[in-house]
Amino acid sequence: MVTRFNDPFEALFALQRSLDARLGSEWADSGTGGAGAYPPINIFERGDDFVAVMELPGVDKNDLQLQAKESTIRISGRKAIDYDRGASIHRRERISGSFDRTLTLPIGIDPDRIRAEYRDGVLALFIPRAEREKPRTIKIT
Amino acid sequence: MATQPELQVQQKREVGTKQESTIPARRYLPVTDIFETDQALTVILEMPGVSRDSITVKTENDVLTIEGRVDYGTYEGLQPLYIEYNVGDYLRSFQISREIDQSKISAELKDGVMTLVLPKAEKAKPRKIPVN
Repeated sequence: MVTRFNDPFEALFALQRSLDARLGSEWADSGTGGAGAYPPINIFERGDDFVAVMELPGVDKNDLQLQAKESTIRISGRKAIDYDRGASIHRRERISGSFDRTLTLPIGIDPDRIRAEYRDGVLALFIPRAEREKPRTIKIT
Repeated sequence: MATQPELQVQQKREVGTKQESTIPARRYLPVTDIFETDQALTVILEMPGVSRDSITVKTENDVLTIEGRVDYGTYEGLQPLYIEYNVGDYLRSFQISREIDQSKISAELKDGVMTLVLPKAEKAKPRKIPVN
């Protein structure tokens, strides 16, 4: 669990350690098309629900498509980079192109109630767990 | 119809440290493009997750330094399940020449990408020399 710290660097370090601990986890491995596909995805649990986060810097919201069916979410789009034609290039590290990635969660979700937020080049998908998957409290009689 | 190249994941590069900080939180180098025209030098940096208020751009002794801080508060209460990348603040410095008019540097942020335009000083702009 990511907890609150008073010192921002301490908080960031704690977050980095908690992410490192789950690096290479196999939780969704069979369903993501594997690590190395664009965009890289982080998946979190919050209460009963899930949050999937992706970094897509430079991708315009209008060039981003999301589709969901059953437990599978498809993220596709393109990243365009326009250069000034008359300019001389000193350094060129950014890359452009298209992407298409599917993510299948190993658990039932409610595809109709997924909420997406895109801000500062980061896409967050708020994915509710399917009602039938939620744990039930069993009354002892 | 031209086919678009498929995007590849770029591994984040960590900032090489000159001085060590007391808490070893990782910082990353923003992926950067730099190009130059007669009028200006343009620096484009990718800093996903960094908002407008969390960026510092400064020039000191002809060194341009860009720092972007991520809002780790958005991760509060989230339990990591499956992780492919780590997050951290961004830091990068460039030596710039005196040709730049440092008082006229402008910055714009869109979709996690910052564009810095560094206009050249009047005297540094190339001039066409008329041949009589």
